[in-house]
Amino acid sequence: MHLLNLTLQPPTSITHAVIGGFSGTHKQQEIAVCRGGTRVEILKLDETTQRMDTLYSSEAFAGIRSMVPFRLTGQGKDYLIIGSDSGNLAIVEFHLTPSPRFEVLHKEPYGKSGARRMVPGQWLGVDPRGRSIMLGALEKSKLVYVLNRNSEGKLFPSSPLEAHKQNAIISALIGVDVGFDNPMYACLETSYEESDADWTGEAFERAEKMLTFYELDLGLNHVVRKWSEPTDPRANLLVQVPGGQNATTDKFDGPSGVLVCCEDHIIWKNMDVPAHRVPIPRRRNPLADANAEPRGLIIVSAVMHKIKGAFFFLLQSEDGDMFKVTIEHQDEEVIDMRIKYFDTIPVATSLCILKSGYLFAASEFGNHNLYHFQGLGDNEADEEWISSNYSNNGMIDEALPLAYFTPRPLENLLLTDSMDSLDPVIDAKISNLLGVASDTPQILAACGRGSRSTFRTLRHGLDVQELVNSGLPGTPNAVWTVKVNEEDEYDTYIVLSFVNGTLVLTIGETIEEVHDTGFLSSGPTIAVQQLRDSGLLQVHPTGLRHVLPNKTINDWSCPPGTQVIAATTNKRQVVLALNTAELIYFEVDTDGTLGEFDERKSLPANATCLSIGEVPAGRQRAPFLAVGCENQTVHIISMEMENTFTTLSLQALTAPPTSICLAEIFDTTVDKNRPTLFLNIGLQTGVLLRTVVDPVNGELTDTRQRFLGSQPAKLLRTTVHGSPAVMALSSRAWLNYTYQDRLEFTPLIYDTLEHASSFSAELCPDGLIGITGNTLRIFMIPKLGLKLKQDVIPLTYTPRRFSSHPYHPLSYIVETDHRSYGQAAIDRILGEKTSKGKEVDMSVFELPAAEFGRPKAEAGQWGSLIRVVDPLGAESLQTIDLDENEAAFSVAVVPFAERGGEIMLVVGTAVEVTIAPRTCSKGFLRVYKISDDGRSLEFVNKTPVDDVPMALAAFQGHLVAGVGKALRLYELGKKQLLRKCENNTFPTAILTLNVQGTRIIVGDIQESTFFVAYKAIPTRQLLVFADDTQTRWITATQMVDYETVACGDKFGNIFINRLPDHVSQSVDDDPTGAGIMHEKSYLMGAAHKTSLLMHYYVGSVVTSITKVALVSGGRDVLVYTTISGSIGALIPFQTKDDIEFMSTLEMHMRTLGVSLTGRGHISYRGYYVPVKSVVDGDLCEAFSALPYSKQQQVASDLERTVGDVLKKVESFRTSSAF
Amino acid sequence: METVLINRYFVRQSDLRYTANSQLESLHSRYTGTGHADVTKHEWLVHQHRDTYASIVGHPGLAAYVAIAENECIARTKFEMVERMLQPCGPPPKPSDDE
Repeated sequence: MHLLNLTLQPPTSITHAVIGGFSGTHKQQEIAVCRGGTRVEILKLDETTQRMDTLYSSEAFAGIRSMVPFRLTGQGKDYLIIGSDSGNLAIVEFHLTPSPRFEVLHKEPYGKSGARRMVPGQWLGVDPRGRSIMLGALEKSKLVYVLNRNSEGKLFPSSPLEAHKQNAIISALIGVDVGFDNPMYACLETSYEESDADWTGEAFERAEKMLTFYELDLGLNHVVRKWSEPTDPRANLLVQVPGGQNATTDKFDGPSGVLVCCEDHIIWKNMDVPAHRVPIPRRRNPLADANAEPRGLIIVSAVMHKIKGAFFFLLQSEDGDMFKVTIEHQDEEVIDMRIKYFDTIPVATSLCILKSGYLFAASEFGNHNLYHFQGLGDNEADEEWISSNYSNNGMIDEALPLAYFTPRPLENLLLTDSMDSLDPVIDAKISNLLGVASDTPQILAACGRGSRSTFRTLRHGLDVQELVNSGLPGTPNAVWTVKVNEEDEYDTYIVLSFVNGTLVLTIGETIEEVHDTGFLSSGPTIAVQQLRDSGLLQVHPTGLRHVLPNKTINDWSCPPGTQVIAATTNKRQVVLALNTAELIYFEVDTDGTLGEFDERKSLPANATCLSIGEVPAGRQRAPFLAVGCENQTVHIISMEMENTFTTLSLQALTAPPTSICLAEIFDTTVDKNRPTLFLNIGLQTGVLLRTVVDPVNGELTDTRQRFLGSQPAKLLRTTVHGSPAVMALSSRAWLNYTYQDRLEFTPLIYDTLEHASSFSAELCPDGLIGITGNTLRIFMIPKLGLKLKQDVIPLTYTPRRFSSHPYHPLSYIVETDHRSYGQAAIDRILGEKTSKGKEVDMSVFELPAAEFGRPKAEAGQWGSLIRVVDPLGAESLQTIDLDENEAAFSVAVVPFAERGGEIMLVVGTAVEVTIAPRTCSKGFLRVYKISDDGRSLEFVNKTPVDDVPMALAAFQGHLVAGVGKALRLYELGKKQLLRKCENNTFPTAILTLNVQGTRIIVGDIQESTFFVAYKAIPTRQLLVFADDTQTRWITATQMVDYETVACGDKFGNIFINRLPDHVSQSVDDDPTGAGIMHEKSYLMGAAHKTSLLMHYYVGSVVTSITKVALVSGGRDVLVYTTISGSIGALIPFQTKDDIEFMSTLEMHMRTLGVSLTGRGHISYRGYYVPVKSVVDGDLCEAFSALPYSKQQQVASDLERTVGDVLKKVESFRTSSAF
Repeated sequence: METVLINRYFVRQSDLRYTANSQLESLHSRYTGTGHADVTKHEWLVHQHRDTYASIVGHPGLAAYVAIAENECIARTKFEMVERMLQPCGPPPKPSDDE
């Protein structure tokens, strides 16, 4: 087995987001984000649409741990410095032109690879004046690099200076703003030297967290430990405070120093000056016990913003509340520090403030949001906490009194854009819910965490926003839009062609029929064209009609007995094909009249379709005409003056062409400088062929093939978002367009279209118009580049597992949140409190939980429910709250043989669960009857069990349950489930179950997979007969076939294990299982071992694996989802040649070092176990982004042309995935 | 015969102490966490735990995984892990008298 790994959807979670002028143009600000720790992306705000657009995105092939922008003094451009697991300091420059790309300027090695404790890269502090950076590890190591320009003016890092401190844990590191004094860095360090040696534990109690300042002496090129003082032992974050003198006014920008964010407090601190401290305001928890001490509150993300010589901070607490912190200062002396409530947004990993007045919040889970500032929290009515109001500026030994505020809906911010994010995908299934209406399956994903959880249905394709859907008197077969004058901004007429007539509509405030256009309306229309400054042209079966601007009509009729069967037009040229296998050519003269070319071209067979490109800018005519003939050929014919009607090239086809389309589209993989002329040929069989036309001699090269659908293909040239595109219509509508300089080919999620055209009106400048049956549709494509359309159902708690109905498109989700009050708990606490006569302020519950979250409960409190959803209707049908503190962990749909195969839903729950150690007071298996066609659940019974049931599965009309360490078989009885047999020899806890025939594959949470055989005679038994040689922390398993299992583990690996054939056979042949029972144990486990077939490091925790065919008629692939929201596929290779080709390409790509951080690709993909039998498709696809010379070099080593390599690489994706 | 062997053994040890050991010591102080012949169970465990916590904090996917299970935010999860690195396995055992 050899597989190709392809990313279908890159990770969506953002681990770091930093702002800077990365493109270096016109003080433009971009945001660089790190997606899922493995991908770097540049985002830019589009101020007209108020949306975030992706400029460029690149796989880093490394685990990114930290990222900062860096700007050399006096330079107009920011570089990106990346701390990763590569053991290199990576400095990356972003280029916007000619096409967006990253250039790795430096990869300075300093340590071992891997995200290790003592290898720097975890922390990155940067001097705000752009002179040096400090790179820190979690323990001990700190390196300082001085960054300078070399003689050529390029950025150049010095050799590193060490600032290590033995036996110290570093919890935060930051650059201090000291103006142009020597660069300074602040760290939070805790030494464990004493506590490691002291057995009484006193030293540990005494251990102090030190705020330490390191100074880089630029003169001596030396780092000194300048100052160190104990600070709050629960400090977790440092924030830079502006400092230094303004060069022109001598005014101080700020007091310098740092904000030390601690649990419940924020301290401003600088060397040898009195500190200031304010409390972090908190919400009241109406459900908490009034006497209990509230839990600590920490700041999780922070941003500082300078505005007109002043500055402020926005700090976000772990509840999502943001606080505005300001510092009043007189030069370097701080007068007071103030904190007040600002607004509440979902908890962010990073916050970025754009100068244009926007806040970008990269959420830790779920969609990322963009807000527009409506105010700066200047409302006087809001309470403010001021350090000078406390004694000694708040720096007293005990904690400051708790400060409370009441959260309210957004006041200072306005949500303008939300970027869809799947992360974390907790469980996913892939199936085709739409039946015959769709030829590809949909991905159902349970996503999110806590109150922001969602259930999403993903469909491959571009989302379409429909604007108009109106009925027509008949069924038209074609539609065009046309302007009256060339300079018009918008289209004027819509022309509809019917079998027996033509209808013309005007586009105004309403769309109305008109009769005075001069068009012939008594017959069908073949083509409509606005001719350059000389009116409109209509082609109909009997001839041409030219309507001049002064409404004069010129008609041209076909010779008697002939008819026009196909036509193509552009602004200056018209070509007609007659049913006598002849071509007639017209051209607009300089005086605006249409003149016929004096020769006619005869063809070998009747033409079925014609196409001529647009007139290239600065030229008189389009040089090529493409003609598709009935004899299954396509001819490229010259239209140039000197050799008009000369056939330049010819291509034979496998089926008659139904439609043909020449279009100039930009694609950087073919030509990096100018648009490429593509010839698209649609065949009767629904296949699309795309070839590149040589602009000089009209030769056809590089043919690519796509299956569109079951109907004959129809191709149309349109514009989408201002750039040329080709629509391909069959049983599905596809769009071929340029996105980020790459040609994309994506289906539209819309009804089948018979014909379409671009549509531009005042209300919809960038739309499309199409016809479906007897309706006219006007629609637009809101966002290009988003290849998965999402339908979202909000959930209450974190989804744990879901199961789908076998016949109806419905899913059953179990949702469970730790540290959360369930409905039963809320009711009980409220009842208790009100009976004691206490008033409870429930206003917190009225705020939307998705933004504000729910009150946090103590550890050990669980909220949970069961939900029925209809993914197609995107609605939640029923929810069932569980009892207090009962948490659901597993679910299965089981047809019980005892009830004649009636389908029941079984939910595994546990009460009073603790996570570590994994215990519960009792567990239950709840059985629900599925009624009303699956739309509602009725409670049947529940069965107590002794441990947490983490996995359930239907098995031969019974239920198999993994309850803690025990695998049990249950039958459904009258009052409860009846345990029939058990095997409790599993090492830790059963997490997954896969069933086929009498075989069960059990995934243990910590010790990989076990193969279990069920034997019914002489007594029922579950017998383990094979296991894995390695211990694995399983997160997801999928049975690939009867002997093979694909697994994902907690560290981000995906691997496949297979049982030897003869073992599988002999176990099945053993009727009683006596042979298995008496076999000798091997390697302290089962008698047989599975062998490892393939192994690959994905980069994020794999949460589900599904074996499914993604394209119609395609082969089965393994699709996996990860916790960072990515979706990937493992595609089996079919031939040895393919394996050899791709492996060789991968080898060449590895040597080219495309990683942004200099991580060795082979060691990255073999992070924990050497990569085995998998080719990294993402790396191979990076071939298309290489400079041409390098492409050529690699291609020649592969003994192919660059085009062939590109085509081959693309074909793997298109034939099995998207 | 026995005494000779023992003497030889001791000689060899002291030889090492003079030559390789000083080098080894400096290497150990440089590469904290590297094992040695006299490592105690507690020391070994502490290093294992510190390495594990550092690995979880350093891999975004793992940190998110833990955060979801605990239903805490990622920053809190990471913070608590870094805090626990100080003494992950409790105080060291009381040294016995014969050492």
